[in-house]
Amino acid sequence: MKKVKLYEIAHSRAGDKGEITNLSLFPYADEHYDLLCRQVTAQAVKAHFGDLVRGDVVRYEVPSIGGFNFVLHGTRVGGVSSALELDPHGKALSFGLLEMTVEMPDDGREEDGSRR
Amino acid sequence: MKKRLRIGCGAGYAGDRIDPAVTLAERGNIQYLCFECLAERTIAIAQMEKQADAGKGYGQFLEERMAAILPLCARDGLVVVSNLGAANPPAALAKTVEIARTLGVGGFRIGAVTGDDVLEKLLSENAAVVETGGTVRDLGDLLVSANAYLGAEALLPALEAGCRVILAGRVADPSLFLAPMIHEYRWGLADWTRLGAGTALSHLLECAAQVTGGYFADPGLKDVDRLEDAGFPIAEVAEDGEGIVTKVPGTGGEVTRETCREQLLYEVHDPASYLTPDVTADFSGIVLKDLGDDRVRVTGADGRPRPDNLKVSLGVRQGFLGEGEISYAGHGAMNRARLAAEIVLKRLERQGFRRDDMRVEFVGYDALLGPLAGGTFPLPGDVRLRVAARMERKRDAERVGEEVENLYLNGPAGPGGARKAIRPLIGVLTAFIDRGLVKTGLTIRDV
Repeated sequence: MKKVKLYEIAHSRAGDKGEITNLSLFPYADEHYDLLCRQVTAQAVKAHFGDLVRGDVVRYEVPSIGGFNFVLHGTRVGGVSSALELDPHGKALSFGLLEMTVEMPDDGREEDGSRR
Repeated sequence: MKKRLRIGCGAGYAGDRIDPAVTLAERGNIQYLCFECLAERTIAIAQMEKQADAGKGYGQFLEERMAAILPLCARDGLVVVSNLGAANPPAALAKTVEIARTLGVGGFRIGAVTGDDVLEKLLSENAAVVETGGTVRDLGDLLVSANAYLGAEALLPALEAGCRVILAGRVADPSLFLAPMIHEYRWGLADWTRLGAGTALSHLLECAAQVTGGYFADPGLKDVDRLEDAGFPIAEVAEDGEGIVTKVPGTGGEVTRETCREQLLYEVHDPASYLTPDVTADFSGIVLKDLGDDRVRVTGADGRPRPDNLKVSLGVRQGFLGEGEISYAGHGAMNRARLAAEIVLKRLERQGFRRDDMRVEFVGYDALLGPLAGGTFPLPGDVRLRVAARMERKRDAERVGEEVENLYLNGPAGPGGARKAIRPLIGVLTAFIDRGLVKTGLTIRDV
């Protein structure tokens, strides 16, 4: 097994509505969907962001487009219109997600060696 | 031959680029060009402009956009659908008529759609405010605007009346694109599957370049060709609501499965329940097929009945944001920036600021020492202290930038490039209103 940063195998986009940020996550290769499904859980994302997310993280799986949607509650006090942050939208949070580390087999395949 | 409805997106936010919209109008072979130019906060600011001057309060850059597009409307029969009316669609109408006359173009009809301003109705209903747990009357003088998100239905009378330029206020973003689809194909307003499918295409288009390579490029991982010339998107819509997302051939950027799936979930929470005034759209079964040549086929969207109530965004005065920035470079830059931050925070606290209302951030790369950074010492070569605070009174908020600037003479060694800024904060809160209470109107002028 090797550790890789999420950005090496997946991409993400942040969107904001009020104090909620959503982060999509898509593996570049569809065969990595299951690996992300097991490792990039709502709990793992909540733990990764720590104090940056005050509330819950909810994950939606969207297999028809090979991706996930993470809904992070409580990322910006007051939302974009009154947040104190330099990045009041939280647009850069997608790149925060991509700094997570996941484990994958050395040959890049699933643990059982099969491809989806 | 099968009808091919082609709709383009001419702007994805109030300040968006104008040239790509002109390219779309000239070479996109489109029948409709829709402009989404109204963020939640923008309409509250426009409302305050209207209060100061009854002829103002329409969309920022209305004049520039219309000057660029009206000649093409006159020439090609293009229909423009927009929320450029912002807080004052009648004033936008008067201004657009004036621009058409100045340009010497005419032979078409312009319509202003009203009814989204529900401030008086919400006050008389004393509606609940979602975020505060109180009511709209509790907000008192701080409440500056209340605009309901109108749906595609509100735009249909203008389309039926043959308007070639439509100036609405607060309309849900996807509804601007869905309205022409409903109008052209005579979809029923309870045909949830078609409305859901049309809403998926609308959602993909509504942020303009965000589906053609903007907000996407990441060199080495997601390379995008000629992003500087990124074209704005086009949806080719079939009668059943399925369709293809593409862009003008020869423009920069790209439309691929990757750009489309990032945009499909943008600002979405539950992909199975994307709420708009028109439909509860279900994106959870969508399939995106990359056809090559910047064409992506979108199938599998669905819909369920629309919400009973309309969402209302409330603009609320929340005091002022004061900001100050200053940089430190070279050895110990971070230590000096931290010392500077502590000094500013202590000085502001003595003036009545609370720590919870202040924020400190450190930014930087190679601004101060240019090529020396990364050469004789490692990058990042400088650290920029940013202090931001929210205060009720303007004069207090101004103190933030002043104290940061004071660091030149009264702080750590080697400060550079102090900047200060202040702006009013308009918060956005949420309420709901019964659809039956919202009456939309249409004013028409022929030029």
